[in-house]
Amino acid sequence: MASMTLYLPDPDATDRLATALAPLLRAGDAVLLSGDLGAGKSHLARRIIQSRQAPHGRVEDVPSPTYTLVQTYEADGVEMIHADLYRLADPSELAELGLDDALGQAIALIEWPDRLDISPALALDVTLTPEGEGRRITIAGPDAAWAERLSRLKGALGG
Amino acid sequence: MNATVLGIESSCDDTAAAVLRGRCILSNVVSSQTNLHAAFGGVVPELAARAHVERLDLCVEEALRRARLTLMEIDAIAVTAGPGLIGGVMAGVMCAKGLAAATGLPLIGVNHLAGHALTPRLTDDVPYPYLMLLVSGGHCQFLRVDGPNGFARLGGTIDDAPGEAFDKVARLLGLDQPGGPAVERTARDGDAGAFAFPRPLLDRAGCDLSFSGLKTAVLRARDLSLVDGALPRSARADICAAFQEAVAATLAEKSRRALALCPEATAFAVAGGVAANAAIRTALEAVGPVPFLAPPLALCTDNGAMIAWAGSELLAMGQRDGMDLAPRPRWPLDPDAAPMLGSGRKGAKA
Repeated sequence: MASMTLYLPDPDATDRLATALAPLLRAGDAVLLSGDLGAGKSHLARRIIQSRQAPHGRVEDVPSPTYTLVQTYEADGVEMIHADLYRLADPSELAELGLDDALGQAIALIEWPDRLDISPALALDVTLTPEGEGRRITIAGPDAAWAERLSRLKGALGG
Repeated sequence: MNATVLGIESSCDDTAAAVLRGRCILSNVVSSQTNLHAAFGGVVPELAARAHVERLDLCVEEALRRARLTLMEIDAIAVTAGPGLIGGVMAGVMCAKGLAAATGLPLIGVNHLAGHALTPRLTDDVPYPYLMLLVSGGHCQFLRVDGPNGFARLGGTIDDAPGEAFDKVARLLGLDQPGGPAVERTARDGDAGAFAFPRPLLDRAGCDLSFSGLKTAVLRARDLSLVDGALPRSARADICAAFQEAVAATLAEKSRRALALCPEATAFAVAGGVAANAAIRTALEAVGPVPFLAPPLALCTDNGAMIAWAGSELLAMGQRDGMDLAPRPRWPLDPDAAPMLGSGRKGAKA
């Protein structure tokens, strides 16, 4: 288990974190985004997706998935799934959303992951909490592979 | 466009079917709004494709029954082929293909958003081109509508849609869902001047919208207004009033800019629940100089009549789809539009 905690004073700081984290993600990764309404989960996910797309041409809109539940994106042959499970009434609906199939293959960015019946194995846990004018973010990875990537993330963020 | 068209819609929560003859709505059945659901023991919208499959046949039968027509008296079958949840869209497309194969009737795949965007043509016979503020579920965009297949996206939300902002603000303030009516009701007793909420992206040229930063501002105002851990009733009313005012002012200003981008527009139409909010509607009505119109709410939420109408326009243009019609979970109305970049929060600070 490796984890890091950062204070993000403004959206630019969130953007820098997303830009540093995005290239470290690989197909099959699940990133669980926890935090209350307005904590900045969607903003972080949006920036991660757009950072992955930026080097490969077309950067797409990443609207809120609250109503559509799941939106899919693609960059350089890797599928990215942005899901908001808040409206999910029953975990059995996950299969209908195609999320079961996508987990383990795509990069899955999942908001409100507490709606999942079984948490994906080896997922990166990201928790956002409003604090003052900004947000406190905790990023935790369960294994050595994540520990290595989180140390690279720290390096990319300059400490 | 006097064809008799069956329209089928199943791209999100609702299953719907309708029969149109010209502009006359012979029937308009939405599974969550009729006694159809009695058979299923609840009104709870279900996302599952299975639920759509179960309801599609019933909706189609009911739509035909209410129209007093048989399938053989229909001229074409229009169906939402996207965008939306893949399971639901697929269920609708399969149903329509089955009906088309069995009857030999023309099959027409319709973009769900085109259905919404063409609704003012169904209700008010608006001539092309016109400006459309399309606010449907998770969508929010300004479109210049040039024809049944001609849409230019002038701008849209870079994060949350306004209806979603209302729902989330209601959640933040402990109000009921859906948030639109709850916030509006609470705002009646409030002072819009009590909080200076941001007018998102007004500092940026163009007509893109952002409501995520406004949501954050509401969250802060709530936390700063707590007294002994509880939100006083008056503060809640003030926050609602100030939030509503910020949304109304922003939408009105962006609409003005969108109209300036299409001076040839014959009208300014708004489709979606936000037009049901009196403060927003009043602000949008004052945008001018072209006539303002908002189709009735029943035709702004997901329904089969708008799909039948769009199908009718496409039929008149000669569109026919084959058995290879594919569901498209993502299907932008204007594929040439530049993606919207930038952070709403940055704009919200100004």
